[in-house]
Amino acid sequence: MEKPIRVLIAKPGLDGHDRGAKLIARALRDAGMEVIYTGLRQTPEQIVAAAVQEDVDVVGMSILSGAHNHLFPKVVELLKEQGVNDVLIIGGGVIPDEDIPGLKEAGLAEIFTPGTTTTQMIEYIKNNLKR
Amino acid sequence: MELINKMLTGDKRACARLITQVENDQTQAENIIREIQQYANNAHVIGITGPPGAGKSTLTDKLVKSYLKDNKKVGIIAIDPTSPYSGGSILGDRIRMQDLALDPNVFIRSMGTRGYLGGLSKSTKNAVKILDAAGYDIIIIETVGVGQSEVDIVKTADTVLMVMVPGLGDDIQSIKAGIMEIGDIFVVNKSDLFGADRTATEINMMLDLNQNMERRPPVVMVTASKNEGIDKLSQEVKQHIQYLHESGKLEEQRKKNLKIEIVELIETELRKIIMTHASSDSKLDKEVNAVLNKEKNVYDVRDEFLETIGK
Repeated sequence: MEKPIRVLIAKPGLDGHDRGAKLIARALRDAGMEVIYTGLRQTPEQIVAAAVQEDVDVVGMSILSGAHNHLFPKVVELLKEQGVNDVLIIGGGVIPDEDIPGLKEAGLAEIFTPGTTTTQMIEYIKNNLKR
Repeated sequence: MELINKMLTGDKRACARLITQVENDQTQAENIIREIQQYANNAHVIGITGPPGAGKSTLTDKLVKSYLKDNKKVGIIAIDPTSPYSGGSILGDRIRMQDLALDPNVFIRSMGTRGYLGGLSKSTKNAVKILDAAGYDIIIIETVGVGQSEVDIVKTADTVLMVMVPGLGDDIQSIKAGIMEIGDIFVVNKSDLFGADRTATEINMMLDLNQNMERRPPVVMVTASKNEGIDKLSQEVKQHIQYLHESGKLEEQRKKNLKIEIVELIETELRKIIMTHASSDSKLDKEVNAVLNKEKNVYDVRDEFLETIGK
């Protein structure tokens, strides 16, 4: 039996720009993944609850509000609290270059900024799964 | 198994991991179900079905909230279609259930159909068993958006809610065979829209034509997005549950469904045997040629084939 990669695509925070997230969701679907899309304005707690119940391999978050330095690390921290350490956590959005090292230090595996192709992202996910 | 013990104590992660295992691996699925069987069969299973966009997820969200008020634990399995081309899927039912994600008494799992027709996925039944063993009192299965003939939900759920919306066609649609026959309760959602009364009337007329029904399903008008009519609906669900228990129907239905499940399992294995024979048996290819050349017919070839397998 095939085992599709399960990905949670989430939009933490208050911005309502979800075109990017939907586009990514669609691209991952076409790459054969099961994408759980949870919609706009998710709290880190909601994202973590969904990640746990859906038993995903990947959590992908998209932010365009500028709150990434707060919200991304928060999700990583809450996942750790739940004992979840085999999930690949990635982020994307309009994120200044100077913020990326800090986010990686906080536990984000990779940050995708404008200009990334969906193919690059799919390859990244396939090559970096933690389980 | 350690995961099972954790799941039995209410660990959501263990529960989630077990569902993944039954989805991905047939052998593991069988081992898990064997182990947990003794803990299952306590929950009441509600199926919510209807066409795409009818409001099944929104209705599920509202119905679950009414159960939470009664201190029930609710498990939800929400199914969306898998692409026949890529094998991928977008599972978006959680969008309408955001408030529920954090409730300790709720567990939501999205599943792709993974090539299975009939409105459910192949592993839905086993996922229900896991949630049942995990102590969820009510388990809601939200099917994929259905058309006219995806009726598998009746083989898995105790109570089926058929969700309709105004404007999907004339009264001929309501007398067609298929999904219109499987509802224990009919729900007209979006009843604030024009035509809702008419839709309800058409369903009522269709139901009144059924002479030999032991129980006439009710038709409930709701507007799930505004939380209107939900109390009435949950009342009707309660009455149906009571009816199933008092009439002995629940046991009857479950026995029937178990038999179907076992027959399907046997069928799957038999099909495997047949496929192995068919692909390894070069004799069959010769027979195909014989049929093509009008020397034999398909039925005789079938009988001969079965005879070979039988030996």
